Amino acid sequence: MTNFSFNFNRAAPATADANRNTRLAKRVISDCVVAVGILAVFGLIAWILPAINAPVGPKGIPSTVSTDPRNLPYYALRSVFRMAIALFFSLVFTFVYGLAAARSRRLGKVLIPLLDILQSVPILGFLSATVTIWLALFPGSMMGVEAASIFAIFTSQAWNMTFSFYRSLQSEPKELDEAARNLRLSHWQRFWVLDVPNSMIPLLWNMMMSVGGGWFFLTASEMISVNNRTYALPGIGSYVEAAAAEENPGKIGWAILTMVIVVLAIDVLVWKPLTAWAEKFRITQSESTEPKRSAVLTLIRQSHIDDFIARIFRPVGEFLNWITRPLGHTGSKWGAKPGRRRAGDVVFGVIVGVAVIAGATELIVTIMKTTGLGELGRAFGLGGLTFLRVALLTMVCSVIWVPLGAIIGMNPKISRLVQPLVQVLASFPANFIFPFVVMVFVAGGVNINWGSILLMALGTQWYILFNVIAGASAIPDDLIEMTKNFHITGWMKWKTLILPAVFGSWVTGGITAAGGAWNASIVSEIVSYGRHTLVAKGLGSYIAEATAHAEGMKTIIGVAVMAIFVVAVNRLFWNPLQRLADRRFVVG
Amino acid sequence: MNFNKLYKTVASGTETGTATATRTRSRHNPKYADLDANGTHTVIEASHISQSFTSEKGNETTVLDDISFNLHEGAIVAILGRSGAGKSTFLRILAGLIQPTSGQVSYRGKALDGPNPGVALVFQTFALMPWLTVQDNVELGLEARGVPREERHKRALEAIDAIGLDGFESAYPKELSGGMKQRIGIARALVLRPDALFMDEPFSALDVLTAENLRQEVLKLWNNNQSGIKSILIVTHNIEEAVQMADRVVVLGSHPGHLIAQVPVNLPRPRDKHSPEFEAMVDKLYAILTGQESQRSRQITQKKAENAAGATSGAAQNPTKDSVQTSSSKSDNDNKSANSSKSTDNQGNGNGSGQASGTTDDHAAAQAATNEKLAAHENNTKVKENNARAELLPNATPGGLAGLLDVVSNYQNGVDLADLAADLSFEVDDLFPLIDAGTMLGLLTVSNGHCTITREGDRWCHADVLEAKQLFAQLVMDHAPLVRTIDRALRNHPDRGLRGELILDLLRSQHTDEEAQQQFDIAVTWGRYGELFDYDADDDQLTLDEANK
Repeated sequence: MTNFSFNFNRAAPATADANRNTRLAKRVISDCVVAVGILAVFGLIAWILPAINAPVGPKGIPSTVSTDPRNLPYYALRSVFRMAIALFFSLVFTFVYGLAAARSRRLGKVLIPLLDILQSVPILGFLSATVTIWLALFPGSMMGVEAASIFAIFTSQAWNMTFSFYRSLQSEPKELDEAARNLRLSHWQRFWVLDVPNSMIPLLWNMMMSVGGGWFFLTASEMISVNNRTYALPGIGSYVEAAAAEENPGKIGWAILTMVIVVLAIDVLVWKPLTAWAEKFRITQSESTEPKRSAVLTLIRQSHIDDFIARIFRPVGEFLNWITRPLGHTGSKWGAKPGRRRAGDVVFGVIVGVAVIAGATELIVTIMKTTGLGELGRAFGLGGLTFLRVALLTMVCSVIWVPLGAIIGMNPKISRLVQPLVQVLASFPANFIFPFVVMVFVAGGVNINWGSILLMALGTQWYILFNVIAGASAIPDDLIEMTKNFHITGWMKWKTLILPAVFGSWVTGGITAAGGAWNASIVSEIVSYGRHTLVAKGLGSYIAEATAHAEGMKTIIGVAVMAIFVVAVNRLFWNPLQRLADRRFVVG
Repeated sequence: MNFNKLYKTVASGTETGTATATRTRSRHNPKYADLDANGTHTVIEASHISQSFTSEKGNETTVLDDISFNLHEGAIVAILGRSGAGKSTFLRILAGLIQPTSGQVSYRGKALDGPNPGVALVFQTFALMPWLTVQDNVELGLEARGVPREERHKRALEAIDAIGLDGFESAYPKELSGGMKQRIGIARALVLRPDALFMDEPFSALDVLTAENLRQEVLKLWNNNQSGIKSILIVTHNIEEAVQMADRVVVLGSHPGHLIAQVPVNLPRPRDKHSPEFEAMVDKLYAILTGQESQRSRQITQKKAENAAGATSGAAQNPTKDSVQTSSSKSDNDNKSANSSKSTDNQGNGNGSGQASGTTDDHAAAQAATNEKLAAHENNTKVKENNARAELLPNATPGGLAGLLDVVSNYQNGVDLADLAADLSFEVDDLFPLIDAGTMLGLLTVSNGHCTITREGDRWCHADVLEAKQLFAQLVMDHAPLVRTIDRALRNHPDRGLRGELILDLLRSQHTDEEAQQQFDIAVTWGRYGELFDYDADDDQLTLDEANK
């Protein structure tokens, strides 16, 4: 089929005969490099694959890993592999869930709020609920722990990707949707020709953020401490955890170095080429001002690999198209008449309402039976403390990073240097340096109740900076020229131009940062370095301790309260701000 | 390229193929059911189509009102109407992209329950997949029908050649100009050899020259009769375009969209834009389009003024009911005198049909058809009088209005709307809101598509800034019911102001949400310009202007 093609090649007209030889040489070299690269990837996978399905030894599932730095490359590979598998499943989940929510009006009414809640459930909540299932699924094999770990990473990646895909589906250009229906495209065609390309750019950005999030929770997902047990998998996250337990800063240093290399390598080998390639999915009709470049993409385009992949996958596409054709055309049936539809809505609403109410009552009844309602109150109190931390963090980070980000963004030279750096920093797992910070806390006698704010900020502040830079660099030139021409300088310039112009980006960054901080609280409010374990009072530590000690009811209470807090803050604070930004502060 | 040759190659079991084969047979075999009384095949038949939308607050607004329409083989039909006439909605209903609230569309005798299989649509904004090459874009519809790769490729290339795109097969749409993009859009439709080619304002996003060039290309394709297309339906707000292309022009009136006339265009092709017959036809269509608005508004003025005034004053507490009623009947009178012609009891279509029959006699047939339609419409409107909707403010700015008056005042004896549109290179949607606003405020008079400036208009035109504002304020207070209503409501509480949401809510009970917002925005613009009242968008507060206290 025409469209299932990874056609990296833009038809470039052959220039002259003289160039042909050098071009040919280039192509051959590119082919070699790409072939070596592909062989290397397969070789590495073959190397690590046997260990994944290894049987559990006589001592049971290990609870720690070796901290020999020579293991680090292998560990890093294992972690990357895990990350990739989880990302793949996140993508599949994204497509299925997003399509279901966007295409079915009624399902959407349930699935989207549910996604909101899922997004605010911390990773440990998912783990403690499912780890026994995973272990039971693969008895006697390390695969069980591996699956649990991959699932944990999945839960730190999938939700925002799904949101992004759903939003893209909802905002598909109306005329493209009409064209698809008028041409009577098959379901597969519509998905592959319209839905996926249209969502590609935001989806890629969210995948990058998701992977960053996945790294942050890597320690928690590779050294799983739930239900009074610890299951450790070979990986860079568990290595850091083990090294911290040994109080060995040198080893942690090695891990950080490895992590930096991994993050940079992924950026160069995966994200740069993908984002540059995805530029062709931009809908705006004009060419983008600054073309994104990637040496790797150029290399791939020069080689024959793209034609090769296209040839392999074309029959796959044709097949999928053929197999979905009997399902009919996209939008082929009109809905029911309004009267019947409304009746259906009512029935559906009643069923959902009853289910929700029944679930909530059941939960409250169980709470009353087991821990008593007082526990719920306690959780809310702790949630309040964590809330104050998150609020303070967001404010302080904004005060610091908004001006800096605006200055960076408005200076093209600096921003070209700084922006990639910030991107890498944002995807670097800040908790790898927690042990050092804790050392300082212990030495300086810093109260962890305050210190945890810094720990949370280490991971999430970048989102604010990152977005503000992007917003500031998008301020139209004519407005900047206007301020110069009218001699608008200093505070006046900030008040009338810069702050309003970056307001929308700040809100976007703030939502991400605050949401991330809530989730990060479970690893920031309780940190340990060797003999020292610092516990801050808050909802994060409450959940972490409850999961570690297999206190199921407390975990559920903690997770539910956190979800309520996050959703409420988004609804009551961020959403109105976002609406205000859309209404008043859109530049250009 | 040769489409006839292709014609045979398609019949390979694909959907289009079989349909085509059947059609070829039916040409020689009159017993086939899709023949209508005139002996031509009906491609699409729409009967009693109405469309209404229910807003989030549960108010129902009608967009299309009981339209019946047939599309026959061998005809180009243009749907003409101003903005708000629901032309595009109607087109999409015929194409099966929107489900009508009531009524039925059938394609070749079969009622639709989804996208119309016989229709290929050409979009105003092209609607090309930006990530596919020209070739892939064109092949998309064939692929959906399961045409094999080789075949698909060949047919796409032929369609690309036919519309003059050869050499661009591997280009991406964003590399091409608007005209080229629309060619891809046309090729994408052509390649399916649709029974009906639908074009939704296909040339309005292009510059004048490109549009003209493309129009000719489409007509050439049609005349060569090789494209396999059986009929064309084109939605336009360009009257010349309609007359140039169509065999029949369907005129829709606005608010809600309804059929006002179907005018056959029997001019010989190729049509000469400067021939007197062509110009007469253009003028006639202008007359029909302006005529309908004045008769309709006259007909519903009284009703809506009462509705609006009653509702608003109720909301604004302690209404000065007497004054409101006086003003409503006053505006009714104004309207009547502005259209100083027909007897009051002939509230229906006196004006419109009068204009239609008043045209030159080379179009006797056209005239007859028009009269018939108008007569039928008259019956309809009488029934609907009760739920007639409030008079809408035309979407015109005071600045645009002043500019128009400047131009019109240059003509001693007034000017034909067609000439005015040509002078300003305006299309119906650009010109008519200004004309409507001018007539509503009594700055212009229009009769039979001829527009003259009034004494008031002349005064406003030559006044200085302050005086112009005062004059404008007086005029909108006299003639624009919504502005007057807001002013009244504010005067009841000069110190307090009024929430904009309140006015919007009232408007929403009679219009679609979008329309309500637009009406509100226009009223605010006019009120601000006339220094009658001010609006603070942040607090959503309407307040009386200092100058108006």
